[in-house]
Amino acid sequence: MNALTYESPGSLDEAVKLLAAAKGNAKVLAGGTDLLVQLRMGMIKPAMIIDIKKIPELTAINEENGGYRVGASVSGAVLGEHDGMKAAWPGVVEAFELIGSTQIQGRASMGGNLCNGSPAADAVPAMIAADAVCTIAGPNGRREAKVEDIVTGPGQTSLANGEIVVDFLFPARPARSGDAYLRFIPRTEMDIAVVGAGISLTLDDAGVCTDARVALGAVAPTQLLLQDGAAALIGSKLDGAAMEKLDAAARAACRPITDKRGTIEYRIKVAGVLARRAAKIAQQRAEG
Amino acid sequence: MAKIHVTTTINGEPVEFLCEPQQTMLDVLRDELRLTGSKEGCATGDCGACSVTVGDRLVCSCLMLGAEAEGQEIETIEGMADGDTLHPLQQKFLEEAALQCGICTPGVLIAAKALLAKNPDPSESEVRYWLAGNLCRCTGYDKIIRAVMDCAADMRGA
Ligand SMILES: Cc1cc2nc3c(=O)[nH]c(=O)nc-3n(C[C@H](O)[C@H](O)[C@H](O)COP(=O)(O)OP(=O)(O)OC[C@H]3O[C@@H](n4cnc5c(N)ncnc54)[C@H](O)[C@@H]3O)c2cc1C
Ligand code: FES
Ligand code: FES
Repeated sequence: MNALTYESPGSLDEAVKLLAAAKGNAKVLAGGTDLLVQLRMGMIKPAMIIDIKKIPELTAINEENGGYRVGASVSGAVLGEHDGMKAAWPGVVEAFELIGSTQIQGRASMGGNLCNGSPAADAVPAMIAADAVCTIAGPNGRREAKVEDIVTGPGQTSLANGEIVVDFLFPARPARSGDAYLRFIPRTEMDIAVVGAGISLTLDDAGVCTDARVALGAVAPTQLLLQDGAAALIGSKLDGAAMEKLDAAARAACRPITDKRGTIEYRIKVAGVLARRAAKIAQQRAEG
Repeated sequence: MAKIHVTTTINGEPVEFLCEPQQTMLDVLRDELRLTGSKEGCATGDCGACSVTVGDRLVCSCLMLGAEAEGQEIETIEGMADGDTLHPLQQKFLEEAALQCGICTPGVLIAAKALLAKNPDPSESEVRYWLAGNLCRCTGYDKIIRAVMDCAADMRGA
């Protein structure tokens, strides 16, 4: 086994340099709630661990043009106490807060939830529904990417060697907007999603949906953004027919597996149900 | 292998230690510092027996590296009593028999203390959700929940 080293750089430049120089043999450490379990179980054998929590940008939450820029390593406990994010993006905050226990919340980050690449990661469908954009720092400078473009398969991401997710920008909300995330698990706490559904929408003064984003988790190798799901809602008042269309779009998009938490058939059915329920909650929140 | 030199604060006292890069905070507490109150039930973040607070945040010390303690303020079960005077939660757990084998108890107490610091008047379901990451194989939880609720009421009255 290689001797492991631990680094905790205070700047992004330093972190990127260390990560790039390690050529795939280093792992970024945020909350460690995925990474340290994998290290302990021998699933990964990095030569270097780069703790990114000493980098100020990664743990900051700042208002920006009416939206919020949330550092990739901000913990669930910290985000859950942020009044601005709770008011603007309650669905994102509730999705992130569903992760693990109070103890896990003390450390778990959205950057880690995303970059770990689990199809069942709870914060990710809500971030996708929110149309969040991440800033990525790498050896060639900075770039931006949509959250839905990061995960490419179980445990796989589109990040290049040396790249670190810096933060997520949650855009300003038009009036009468709301979002929601629901997951189904066999227990009421501390389990992995059988299905997760995140929805964000905007209504006009008459209650007609003018914009929507629908995302599902745990029903395919990556999270899914459903164009058909959004189309089912836009132009409707979320009446029965629109809900039927949304349910059908959710079911049609699923490509799940059978495991101990649920069969393929069950996951498909639950995806439709959760999408409808999440849409109704988002609608209520949009109506204020 | 080069050991890492860490300077930190544990239960209000400045502490220095050497650790291996992969050594968890739990292993440092138990094996290097001989603070064996924090327990290892699972080492995967599921049981909460290793709970400590880091800068007032409740965390699993089994999912934290010892090296990450640098510059932090850490509280463990050893810091809960004030000399021979038990913390009200500890006292209440004894009076109401909220423990049997006691393996989960340090973690439960640390977690409950963090809850009452944030929310002095929690509902029963708030207590249950807050402690959902603290597994107990003995008590069936009811006595734990009741002791936390009763202690919270006493502390509010005091
Ligand atoms: C008991 C327990 C319960 C859990 N319950 C849930 C749950 O209910 N729902 C759920 O979705 N997850 C759950 N998880 C998994 C985990 O807690 C989450 O995925 C968490 O969000 C990971 O964040 P982290 O900061 O701890 O990531 P880390 O473990 O630090 O990192 C995870 C991965 O992402 C990489 N990474 C981290 N940050 C960045 C970055 N900024 N840029 C590039 N790469 C990065 C790391 O190198 C690593 O590969 C649970 C875990 C445990 C132990
Ligand atoms: S030993 Fe840390 S959670 Fe079980
Ligand atoms: S008292 Fe034995 S595990 Fe809780």
